[in-house]
Amino acid sequence: MSPEGTADGRCGALQKWRPSFFGALTAVAFFALTASAQNVIPVNPTINPGFMPPIPISIEGFSGEALSVLEFDLYVQGFSIVPAGQSQYHISGSDDGNVVGRLSGSGPRDFSRSYTGANIRREAHAFADDVVQAVTNKKGIGQTKIAFKSEQSDGNGEIYVADFDGHDAQAVTADSAIVASPAWVPGRFALYYTSYKLGNPDIFYSDLSTGRRRVFAAYGGLNTSAAVSPNGDKVAMVLSRSGDPNIWVCNADGSGLRQLTHTHADDSCPCWSPDGQWICYATKIHSRRRLAKISVDGGEPVPLRTNGAPDPTEPDWSPDGKWIAFCSQSGDFFNICVMPTDESTDPIVLVSGEHPSWSPNSRTLVYNDLVHYRPILSVLDVFTKQHKYAHNVTGEDSEASWEK
Amino acid sequence: MNKFIYTAALALAAAIASTGCVHRPYDVKAIPPGQNAQVGDQNPVTYQAPPVQNPPPVPYEPGPVVEPQPISPPAWTQDPKALAANTLHFSYDSAVIRDSDRAHLKAVARALKSDKSANLMIEGNCDERGTEEYNRALGERRAEAAREALVAMGIDGDRIHTVSYGKDKPADTGHSSAAHSRNRRDDFVLLHPNTGA
Repeated sequence: MSPEGTADGRCGALQKWRPSFFGALTAVAFFALTASAQNVIPVNPTINPGFMPPIPISIEGFSGEALSVLEFDLYVQGFSIVPAGQSQYHISGSDDGNVVGRLSGSGPRDFSRSYTGANIRREAHAFADDVVQAVTNKKGIGQTKIAFKSEQSDGNGEIYVADFDGHDAQAVTADSAIVASPAWVPGRFALYYTSYKLGNPDIFYSDLSTGRRRVFAAYGGLNTSAAVSPNGDKVAMVLSRSGDPNIWVCNADGSGLRQLTHTHADDSCPCWSPDGQWICYATKIHSRRRLAKISVDGGEPVPLRTNGAPDPTEPDWSPDGKWIAFCSQSGDFFNICVMPTDESTDPIVLVSGEHPSWSPNSRTLVYNDLVHYRPILSVLDVFTKQHKYAHNVTGEDSEASWEK
Repeated sequence: MNKFIYTAALALAAAIASTGCVHRPYDVKAIPPGQNAQVGDQNPVTYQAPPVQNPPPVPYEPGPVVEPQPISPPAWTQDPKALAANTLHFSYDSAVIRDSDRAHLKAVARALKSDKSANLMIEGNCDERGTEEYNRALGERRAEAAREALVAMGIDGDRIHTVSYGKDKPADTGHSSAAHSRNRRDDFVLLHPNTGA
């Protein structure tokens, strides 16, 4: 056993069934609470990550690509596909040349619509979005994009942009180098990412509509993990120019660079609160891995309470401000967790995986799971825990960032 | 009677609606054309002058602004073999140099003292466990730990460059704990100045 066995060897035997154990525990606790004390009001009765029942829906009249898009989109947004007699909602239509779709079961929000002007996939995504909007009153994710890294066996890779389900992927780099940590610029068709193209891990800015890019940060040592503030005016990142990897922030034009954290540790993975006031990141406090948040204006870091989720890293703050998704270590592997930002409950363990990134509607996560030691992207509905692998591009796909 | 007909008509209309006999959609939605991402240009292959290359003074820590150091510039030839026997190894999730590796560090310091023209690249690496960016930071800390130790031995810090490969450049692609041990390492690459050419 290697030296690290001491830290996580204790729970090694538990690691395989840990998520379900946790889930069962939380569920039992929840029911015990509601049963024994009727006056206790659940923190947020409408949102219960991992334990919401799926919405039964039936599909009729579609085939091939249109059907697979509808099944994927609806499943990872909390629907279960069931036979017609058992459904609460019913969608029907056709995909002969163009998608025609109808929704019934939602009363006044039922609709019948034909889609034109795009290929079958894109029209089917648009129909799925309309169904999600009508049933859940939330904007769907069918027409959103993700950016991620795809790595070859030699460790080199490229940054890709694809539909959220992994289809229609396009390489946006041709670096044949280690690449990492793509991050969308909110509201723009542009990315920051890390590339070793020049020999060093440097941060590049790339305008995806023109293909133009420039070096954004290329100091000595580490330049990585760019994260753009919600209104796009600032960039947080990890630099080691003062020695240790710390969190730094600057304006979007590169001016006003300042060091936010000064730990003699390895800070990583900054993300922004939706109000742009806080940066949450992974660090080490008193030799223990912790998540912390720090005001964008500086000051003392505030450690977050992540009871029951050891060695937390890779936080991502939901756009609606309510949740922080992150991953927690379990033996040699990791679990995707979510915690309420007000820390009113302990983190909830959802599925095995790393590097969660929220969808724009704060309901779904894209993350990477390990299959035979190879990372593959997966899409997770946080409330039902339903998840499906995204379409695989070329190699080992990881570090996805959801377009916001 | 009228009431009966009215109810029957309503029921018929409801039946038509619910069985989906109405084939003509109410509305038509045009999907906007998709946006195609362009492959990034191959530039910059050399350093341009990005805005952050000369940042304004740091508000919280006024002082001399450290200029970015281009690593492995064309002025250097990499020699990964010279110090290959002196690789440092680390414990899990640790950037602390082991006492047993002190001899390796001394050998590296000797090489730099005997060849005043040479520079050094320290490459920090991690095993496959742990998330990617966390490992990239940990690898940098491992390289930085060796740099600090060499500076303490009297080597000019300006001659030492660091790079972290995180878990992207394993020495051993296996998944055993022995492979993990081999991969948690600092590799030393001697940099010789290019003369003329």
